[in-house]
Amino acid sequence: MAAGVATWLPFARAAAVGWLPLAKKTMPKPPVDNSSRSDEILYVNVSGVRFQTWKNTLDRYPDTLLGSSEKEFFYNEDTQEYFFDRDPEMFRHILNFYRTGKLHYPRHECIQAFDEELAFYGIVPEIIGDCCMEEYRDRKKENQERLAEDTEANEAMDAPLPPHSTSRERLWRAFENPHTSTMALVFYYVTGFFIAVSVIANVVETVPCRPPKGSVKELPCGEKYQLAFFCMDTACVLIFTFEYLMRLFAAPSRCKFMRSVMSVIDVVAIMPYYIGLVMPENEDVSGAFVTLRVFRVFRIFKFSRHSQGLRILGYTLKSCASELGFLLFSLTMAIIIFATVMFYAEKGTKGSTFTSIPASFWYTIVTMTTLGYGDMVPNTIAGKIFGSICSLSGVLVIALPVPVIVSNFSRIYHQNQRADKMRAQQKVRLARIRMAKKGTTNAFLQYKEDRDRDSDSTALCVKNKSAFEHQHHHLLHCLEKTTNHEFTDEMTYSELCMTESVGFRTSRSTSLSSQQGAQNNSTGCCPRRARRRAAMRLANSTVSVSRGSVQELDTLHVKTTSIPPQTRSSLNAQADDLKLNCGEQDFTAAIISIPTPPANTPDESLPPSPAPIPGILRNTRATAYTHDTVKISSL
Amino acid sequence: MVTMNLEGLEMIAVLVVVVLFVKVLEQFGLLEAGYDDSVEDELELSAVRHRPEGLEQLEAQTRFSRKELQILYRGFKNECPSGVVNEETFKDIYSQFFPQGDASTYAHFLFNAFDTDHNGSVSFEDFVMGLSILLRGTVQEKLNWAFNLYDINKDGYITKEEMLDIMKAIYDMMGKCTYPVLKEETPRQHVEVFFQKMDKNKDGVVTIDEFIDCCQNDENIMRSMHLFENVL
Repeated sequence: MAAGVATWLPFARAAAVGWLPLAKKTMPKPPVDNSSRSDEILYVNVSGVRFQTWKNTLDRYPDTLLGSSEKEFFYNEDTQEYFFDRDPEMFRHILNFYRTGKLHYPRHECIQAFDEELAFYGIVPEIIGDCCMEEYRDRKKENQERLAEDTEANEAMDAPLPPHSTSRERLWRAFENPHTSTMALVFYYVTGFFIAVSVIANVVETVPCRPPKGSVKELPCGEKYQLAFFCMDTACVLIFTFEYLMRLFAAPSRCKFMRSVMSVIDVVAIMPYYIGLVMPENEDVSGAFVTLRVFRVFRIFKFSRHSQGLRILGYTLKSCASELGFLLFSLTMAIIIFATVMFYAEKGTKGSTFTSIPASFWYTIVTMTTLGYGDMVPNTIAGKIFGSICSLSGVLVIALPVPVIVSNFSRIYHQNQRADKMRAQQKVRLARIRMAKKGTTNAFLQYKEDRDRDSDSTALCVKNKSAFEHQHHHLLHCLEKTTNHEFTDEMTYSELCMTESVGFRTSRSTSLSSQQGAQNNSTGCCPRRARRRAAMRLANSTVSVSRGSVQELDTLHVKTTSIPPQTRSSLNAQADDLKLNCGEQDFTAAIISIPTPPANTPDESLPPSPAPIPGILRNTRATAYTHDTVKISSL
Repeated sequence: MVTMNLEGLEMIAVLVVVVLFVKVLEQFGLLEAGYDDSVEDELELSAVRHRPEGLEQLEAQTRFSRKELQILYRGFKNECPSGVVNEETFKDIYSQFFPQGDASTYAHFLFNAFDTDHNGSVSFEDFVMGLSILLRGTVQEKLNWAFNLYDINKDGYITKEEMLDIMKAIYDMMGKCTYPVLKEETPRQHVEVFFQKMDKNKDGVVTIDEFIDCCQNDENIMRSMHLFENVL
């Protein structure tokens, strides 16, 4: 029931007096209402902005945070108010919902921020009023599509090959993403070159060349240098055939591949040559043979594999099919109408070019598209009048669907641009994260060094480190003691890696509480080193303090397998313990969730962001992730 | 004949051009003429607003305390910012309390009972007066109000037809899914029972005196009159 209706309930109950004289049975007793009837004003402080409202207003929706007893968790006895550490701008809308019963979506706010606020206050987004629902839905869909696209793009493009892919899969991958291997790139350029050569040859062979000696008539170059052109054509067709067969072999689903547009174009491009080979060289079929040569021009469409713009254009036209259909239909109608009129208007005149209605079609089309060749011209007054109406209407009819097509093209084009930009940005972000993470490890290692150097550890603690850092380092220290391994930096590690033999690969750290399992042991110490180093850096989190990058870490982490913290042991420099395995990405589990304040990360100067779960840390800095990460507590 | 054809077509062509031109003129011409009407329409709509009498007056006329009036008005104004409830809104609101059945007919009767000055809308005064009688009035006043509700045409007599309408409206609110299953003649039977009890002189109508007399003699009814007193 809507909130406002609740205020009418007393009225409805009072009106029930009207049933009393008619009642067949006795009425039940009314419920006893002991609650205080007087309405009181509640104070709600949202990040410093004080809101006041009647208690009844909030009670209208008992299944939300503010309407239920959940708000008591936020009650501050000292100031006698409810304190929420959230966005006051958004809270305005939330409170208006209680007051008016309608939830509005502020158009200038980010859709995700709004959703988060709604989730926090326990309000379902479905109750957004009709006035704002459409906008909300559109924005939400757009956002989701964008996120889906980005993750898809990330995964698709540079994902490394699974280790055990067949040659067929590798070949297919090489064809689809030429940037992955040099061979593929070379092949890509070679085919591009040959497409160009073939198209140019087709064009040039019709150009008139100087006549050969002993003849006056000018010949097209194709006939003069027939052998040369034939050889060039053969070479191109061989390359294309080879490419097509390779693709057919490598395709994961051959039927689907054969039905795809590009494959059809490939076939159409090479068939004329083979048909020409097969057909005999006599006059009767040479006409058909010439027609077949026209199909050779389809080779130019093979360029669409090489050019993204072409693909976008094709995709746009496909998506605007309905608009194009409408355009065509309306044009056809108009053409028929005007052609008929013009024919009958011009029927009487001598030497009129409007010999039949189909003949008038040509005039109508030329006029409507404002071409105006002038080969057919009306001579009568009626014809001229209708001709001018025809040209005016042509302009209108054609101008109508064009903006739709244009906007579609623009949207698709910008989507593509955005995907490329996102990829570039992602690389920068990753680099920044790696740098930040290195900072923490270094801090911890520094702390250990100093500690080892001086036995008096308390003096060190005085150095400018926050309580948070102390606790963090203490925690890492505890872990070291638990596993009897120590953290180290990459240089020491790589040295150890090189000096230690491969035999260490198999020796497992016995001090690990729970082993990850054999899967962590993989072959190859040093070849994997590069990846491991990267993973190590990833593992030492404290990313830049901006909330955004913490989130990135979150997403980064989610992609890797979540593992219990003991795999951190592989970071250790201790000789008998190098876990040289490729489960390194598992490192990320351990420290990733700990953002440290700026003092630690010299390259970041942003203020610390509030953690999403206040109360876990005294200084509310750590974020506790739900997967197997280390939780920092202020104990 | 040929010349005739040509001339005919010329005429048609000229006709078409003239028609188009006139249509264009129409666009501008009629637009000007219709402009004034639309402005007037707009003015009309926004004129319906209502402000209630002062707090003191209402306090004097009803049996509510100041605070209660404040609470009532806040709720009322929140729901109906324009200060009046029209029948459609009233039906909507009342129907929300009875989701299984169709409360619109009964809401219509109820609306008429509240709309004491019969101007098609219930203002805050009507609302509060009605509530005052129902919640804080004497038994006599309550019975009076009930009689007023049943008497659809407000002529001082309740006929069987009126009672049947009211009864049907009440049973409509129950909806289909009841136990035992509602039959067609249930409202009629109920009306018969009511008239047997109330109509003392068996003249086919119930007057206000018969009604009040009968109800005051009925213990059940008298007891139930105090049920809703602490609603607010």
